[in-house]
Amino acid sequence: MGAFENIVIILYLALVGYLGYLGYKQTKSTEDYLIAGRDTHPFIMALSYGATFISTAAIVGFGGVAAWLGQSLLWLTFFNIFVGIFVAFVFLGNPTRKMGYRLNAHTFPEFLGKRFDSKFIQIFGAVIILLFMPLYATAVLIGGTHFISLYFQVDYSVALFVFSIIITAYVIAGGLKGVMLTDALQGTIMFIAMAILLVFTFDSLGGIDQAYTKLEMVWQQTVAPLAEVGMKELKPGSADFMMKLSTLWGFNGWSNMPVFMSNGWLFVITTITLGVGIGVLAQPQLVVRFMTVKSKQELNRAVLIGGIFIISMTGFIFIVGALTNAWYFEFNNGQNALQSAGSIGKVIPHFINEAMPKWFSFIFLFALISAAMSTLSSQFHTMGTAVGRDLIEQFSSKDINSTMITRLGIIIMISFAVLLAYAFDQQPAIIARSTAIFFALCAAIFLPSFIAGLFWKRMTTQGAIASMFVGLLVSSFWLLFVHFKEAKALGICKAIFGTNSLLSGKIIFVDALIIALPLSIATAIIVSLLTKPMDKKHLEKCFSK
Amino acid sequence: MEHFDFGVNLAFWLTILSTLLCVYYGVVNWNKDGEDHVDAKAKKWAKVEDKIDEDL
Repeated sequence: MGAFENIVIILYLALVGYLGYLGYKQTKSTEDYLIAGRDTHPFIMALSYGATFISTAAIVGFGGVAAWLGQSLLWLTFFNIFVGIFVAFVFLGNPTRKMGYRLNAHTFPEFLGKRFDSKFIQIFGAVIILLFMPLYATAVLIGGTHFISLYFQVDYSVALFVFSIIITAYVIAGGLKGVMLTDALQGTIMFIAMAILLVFTFDSLGGIDQAYTKLEMVWQQTVAPLAEVGMKELKPGSADFMMKLSTLWGFNGWSNMPVFMSNGWLFVITTITLGVGIGVLAQPQLVVRFMTVKSKQELNRAVLIGGIFIISMTGFIFIVGALTNAWYFEFNNGQNALQSAGSIGKVIPHFINEAMPKWFSFIFLFALISAAMSTLSSQFHTMGTAVGRDLIEQFSSKDINSTMITRLGIIIMISFAVLLAYAFDQQPAIIARSTAIFFALCAAIFLPSFIAGLFWKRMTTQGAIASMFVGLLVSSFWLLFVHFKEAKALGICKAIFGTNSLLSGKIIFVDALIIALPLSIATAIIVSLLTKPMDKKHLEKCFSK
Repeated sequence: MEHFDFGVNLAFWLTILSTLLCVYYGVVNWNKDGEDHVDAKAKKWAKVEDKIDEDL
């Protein structure tokens, strides 16, 4: 490593350390530690929300998927911005902030529990978080550690140890203030890196018009001829196999939508666009951020910052991901991206190393590490609060210190995730698919109760509980026994029934959320209408002006 | 974008428009809603508490 790299590393660590210390100094109460004192700056709130949402997998994983399937993924960017930012901040943010304040809620399970006056809901929410978020966190931890290990040429275990110690230090010391301040720094690095990446990519391909003309030509030259080749002639998992598979799924160009209602269309629209685009609304680590600001004004300002941030993340990487095909064709002997990099997950790191200047590769590495750290720190904080605030405090009859108990919870959950990351560095299926699993489960379990809790006074405790159980059962069933990706990867269906999915045909391409969410909503409505309305006094407390 | 088909074009322009909507909303409401009833209620409560402290 040269002097430039050393200076950047020291500067980065110093800044993260300073912001963690700042969070520590500003944390004087439980409210500070759990929800950043309800006085966060809009810039910090918006970047923290965005950086938490966008993990390394979103940049490297989805960028690679764009190189494979093309720019139909822009539908996800639209949903990320319109639903994940505009609808979330404008319509859900302020009611969540106000109700959280009135009910003195400090975590998402506590918010739901107090809204429906049910300790069971709070504990159930915490258990769901503690069952599934560690797998999601482990996936992010393994991804970040692999990048550090590869770039700095250090052993995976050493990289894992150092990486987790740094995150542990500032999450434990600074609480949510420390997490959000460092998120903002990491979000800024990610924004700058992605903006440079987009400009460099178009520049290297001779401008926007030329880049897209080349992209069309590359499909015709490298993918269209596969029409003459049978699947059996191709090696499973190889670049040509994957591209041929995409054509069988209904894709016909990197700038085109797959054929309407084809397998590819169902995958892009239901799993990628709706699964992630809607699933984001009920993510506990994101919802809690609405409770960190003091007025609606901060949310208004955060909409502007969040919208620009998200387009520069998923929007830019989907465009760049698809265009890597044109770059490789031109500069790598007429091959497309998958043929050059070898697999979907390798396209973006390979492209950065091959196509970008050395100094930028290093900056981009920091953007990836930042993306991992910002997501992880929020996950660890959320899991720690679930252990401390939502479980231990609920079962304890004594008046205990929330901050201390949350710190203990964070240490337990980080240790657990690090152990999983140490044991499973090759990512078994359950960890590799954990992001999709967590998004689908959160939406099906929490979304109806969260939205109805904010806007529908007739929703009852029984309705909320029934809806959560139906969401959990239906989405688990779909993930384990039907969906072509998760059911196959998890292998339980194969072990019990000898087949990858209990169903066949196009339906197995439909995401769990599409099936589970409507049933969960219907259950919430029906059970609420059949049960006694909640106490008027309690509702007044929740909704008072 | 002439290179995109209708579906991708629609996604592309919806992405741009939703970003512009976020920017427009943020600019128009930049200075609005600074202190709402929740803050006002908290301040009123704090004032009453201060008065009680003083009296005590």
